Amino acid sequence: MKAVRLNSPGKKSTFAKLKQYLPLYVMMLPGLIYLIINNYMPMAGLLLAFKRVNYSVGLFASPWCGLQNFEYLFSSSEAFAVFRNTILYNLAFIILGNALGVFIAIALDAIHSKFFKRFSQVVILIPYLLSTVIVSYIVYAFLSGNNGFMNMTILPMLGLDTVSWYNTPEYWPVILVVVYLWMTFGYSSILYYSTLIGIDKSYYEAASVDGANVWAQIRHITIPALRPTIITLVLLAVGRICYSDFGLFYQIPMDSGLLYSTTQTIDTYVYRSLINLNDIGRSTASGFLQSILGFICVFIANTVVAKIDRESSLF
Amino acid sequence: MVYRNKGFRFVMSFIMLLFVLACILPFILLISSSFTSEAALTLNGYSFIPSEFSLAAYRYIWSVKENVLRAYGMSFLITSVGTALSIVMTMLFAYPLSRKDLPGRKALSFFLFFTMLFNGGFVPTYLIYSNIFHITDTIWALIVPYLLMNAFFVIMVRTYITTNVPFEVIEAATIDGSGEFNTLVKVVVPMSKPIIGTVALMTAIAYWNNWTNGVYFIQVKRELYGIQNYLNSVLSNIAFLQTHSDPGIQITELPSVSIRMALAVIALLPILLAYPFFQKAFAKGITVGSVKG
Repeated sequence: MKAVRLNSPGKKSTFAKLKQYLPLYVMMLPGLIYLIINNYMPMAGLLLAFKRVNYSVGLFASPWCGLQNFEYLFSSSEAFAVFRNTILYNLAFIILGNALGVFIAIALDAIHSKFFKRFSQVVILIPYLLSTVIVSYIVYAFLSGNNGFMNMTILPMLGLDTVSWYNTPEYWPVILVVVYLWMTFGYSSILYYSTLIGIDKSYYEAASVDGANVWAQIRHITIPALRPTIITLVLLAVGRICYSDFGLFYQIPMDSGLLYSTTQTIDTYVYRSLINLNDIGRSTASGFLQSILGFICVFIANTVVAKIDRESSLF
Repeated sequence: MVYRNKGFRFVMSFIMLLFVLACILPFILLISSSFTSEAALTLNGYSFIPSEFSLAAYRYIWSVKENVLRAYGMSFLITSVGTALSIVMTMLFAYPLSRKDLPGRKALSFFLFFTMLFNGGFVPTYLIYSNIFHITDTIWALIVPYLLMNAFFVIMVRTYITTNVPFEVIEAATIDGSGEFNTLVKVVVPMSKPIIGTVALMTAIAYWNNWTNGVYFIQVKRELYGIQNYLNSVLSNIAFLQTHSDPGIQITELPSVSIRMALAVIALLPILLAYPFFQKAFAKGITVGSVKG
């Protein structure tokens, strides 16, 4: 790091130095206060998982109760299902999302027409721009029991019986993965594509002069060039494997209780336990586990990223 | 042109076309259904071409336009106030962090950065905002929690200032007697316009699309709802009817089939109309703000 100094502070007293930098510290004050309220107080609030929360005496003055909340959490089979759902959904999202992103990026690269290439890039980002509320309306237009496009048009065309989608949990792992991919494939494609356009085109020319076919070009030029991006994106997603998009799992299934067995993730479980059931014990305990596991995952993922590609790691 | 194989290019273009259609057609379904008469919808369901054209849904929404317009107004208010506050706070935090000569800079950076690694999660955040700061049912609930300052954006802006605003320029301003606030406003901000634009756009989209804060913190004062929460409550009202009424009655028998789609179209419209104008910046925001931390 270059040693840049204003007015050689070495000769100044600490007081003079503080006075010189005081305006800068004052500038940071609003941000610091916000971080304390929005981030650090909730971190301290994780201790609530070891308390029997009693609103009348105040949050932090509530009595300690050891591991009771955790014993209570694991006394239900629900907790395991919720952690399992979260991790399995994330694994599906990571694998399929990145595979599709790479595939579409290659497709974008292969398109000949400049206009269509540009147009595709614009259009595939639209779903990523929408709120989950809007997406839930779109999904509803397809899946609604009596009017949905699936039940009224597609299934009769295939000669199949109609399905009561919002009451049948079996279908939801597929539906949610499809909706997730629809919402995010544009985003990951654009990311991978921005790496692809950086590849020196002469590699491809040299390869085709040497008689390499398309697959060989993709395998030996494109994929190796994308590898650092793929690894980084996958590992960063692995770091968030205990977290789920609340909107996707709460809003898209329209909060339908019949679907909880396959749509409930840690985030919706914590929310519903606290708000609907007022079950502070279970929600604080599962929230605590999510935060701690999440931290461990981020830490491990970042250590691995840093080993592979210093530039891409968070720290 | 990268790949010489014509067949490959054709197949990939065709597949791309399918994906492009997959992104467009759902909106056509939404728009077409909103213009279809209730009777035709009950008979044929939602479809890509209105089987019986009708403006009934929009006429109904026009009759409750105060609600829709108020929700719109709230969304615009929250998005503009939230984005403005957010940009001010981000700049005020990022500029000192960009100063390599600032004593304690490392510790302050870590204080910011640590929030990206570890968080308390929903329960403590909710309990602290609602029980200690009593933010429930106030407009601040829609502006402050989660959205007001994004650590990631602060780091992006800091990095931008470090690399694009030469320290000599800041030093020269100081020697000329410019105070730190003056330097920030007159020197650093004008030189950081591109990154401020990107961050402002991404923040505005985040505010416009946010509905979780409304779900978490707005319990009785429904008049604070923005357009997203308004839409959401229309959906959940129907879900509510489904779970609490006679199970023999399907939600879709309610006379609101086309109205729901029309509401979604109305909520979609501004963002879709504005998208062509900011799409370049949006794509840039995504690539700048993703991999690199």
